[in-house]
Amino acid sequence: MIEIKNLTKSFGDTLVWRNINLAIDEGETLAVIGKSGSGKSVLLKHFNVLLYPDEGHVYIDGIDVFDMRYAALRKLRQRFGVLFQGAALFDSITAFENVAFPLRFFSNMKEEEITDRVMESLELVNLQNIGVKTPAELSGGMRKRIGLARAIVLKPDYLLYDEPTSGLDPQTSDEINDLIISMAETLDITSVVVTHDMHSVLRVADKVAFLNEQELSWYGTIKDLKKCENEELNAFIKASIFSI
Amino acid sequence: MQLFVDVGRYCRLIYEAIRSSTEFDMYRKNLVMEMVKTGYDSLPIIILAGFFTGGVMTIQTSYQLVSGFIPPETIGSIVSQSLLIELGAVISALVLAGRVGARIATELGTMSVSEQIDALESMGFNSVTFLVMPRVLAGIFMFPVIYIAAVFSGIIGGLVAGILTGSVPVADFMSGSRQVFTPADVSFGIIKSFVFGYIITSISCFKGYFAAGGAEGVGQATTQATVLSCIYILLADFILAFVLL
Repeated sequence: MIEIKNLTKSFGDTLVWRNINLAIDEGETLAVIGKSGSGKSVLLKHFNVLLYPDEGHVYIDGIDVFDMRYAALRKLRQRFGVLFQGAALFDSITAFENVAFPLRFFSNMKEEEITDRVMESLELVNLQNIGVKTPAELSGGMRKRIGLARAIVLKPDYLLYDEPTSGLDPQTSDEINDLIISMAETLDITSVVVTHDMHSVLRVADKVAFLNEQELSWYGTIKDLKKCENEELNAFIKASIFSI
Repeated sequence: MQLFVDVGRYCRLIYEAIRSSTEFDMYRKNLVMEMVKTGYDSLPIIILAGFFTGGVMTIQTSYQLVSGFIPPETIGSIVSQSLLIELGAVISALVLAGRVGARIATELGTMSVSEQIDALESMGFNSVTFLVMPRVLAGIFMFPVIYIAAVFSGIIGGLVAGILTGSVPVADFMSGSRQVFTPADVSFGIIKSFVFGYIITSISCFKGYFAAGGAEGVGQATTQATVLSCIYILLADFILAFVLL
């Protein structure tokens, strides 16, 4: 379970958001939405402590991650899989090696076992035949899927998605949404999806957090979203629907 | 103010690299790769730079010492000793500030702006151990080798220039070189190359690791890495000459 309590973050004199409170139960998928620049990705980077807040706490299974020493934090980070906005694949190695990368350092697997595990991850993202290609030879959607295969290869408890469908065509976006749903269902993973794509939110999320005006403007379940009276959120949803 | 912030971040980065240096398994493979890229791959340009530096020095020295009272061996002494205590290390460092420094800053800068460093950290790697440590160690280990190559090629360049211009015969050049040779000069040159290797690689890692702002940020990091490396090489050269000679 992930709990966020009174989280406040600023960069220099610029406040990103203040006093964020959230809770994500096991197996749930939370979508963090908001306009560009509202601090969605910044919030995501606090879950696995890529950033530290000015104030507040993030508890993973009851442990405050900001109090952890670096060695313990590195162990904790292995429980997270992260799909970055641009996939963040290592461009000097092949897609297969990208997926195998964490296994080579953080598992005692033999080469055959590594190959099997990588192929299993590639199969989950429907890309078992492109392992020999380098990231430069892949399309945007393929890179994201390879990034997702790398994120799940260590069998994490939590998956963090940073704008998983941005820059993709509607069909590929839908494929990525299907993958997010299937990851949550087949691997029973707790997920946090940062996005401004409402179509994606409605398909994958159990809960929604809306960041606006430097605070958590609305937070609730997908069912609550349909009867929400938050004007800003309704305007955001309306704008997303019209843009579709 | 920014200067203090930068110094603090640089010290923190180097401290983290030293602290994590025991995790040898993490960076062993990268270290070998970096030693090849920094040392072996740089040899052609270093041999070329050393050869022509030695050649030009021989021609200029013989031009400046036109006198019947000065024996031709003096040219060999001046060229060899200058290469050993100064030019071998400094010329190769300045050349490699461009070649190695720019490569390191660009590699790490691109990794930083494309979130590859964040990806390493989020997988549980210590990105400093994995990226910075092998590059700095490769610089420290390989620059003395590069220095030796630069000195050898410089002396050969001097010999060739002496033959081509007829200013100093091979035997006189070698005799002059032997007369002034002391192991202390070699030690001095090697100490210099250790320091220069550290300066170039650590500054370039620092600039690349903290690069931000897309392609422009990477460009700035690369330029700053090269310029700062050159400035600190010259400063360190002065301090080392002042302290050790």
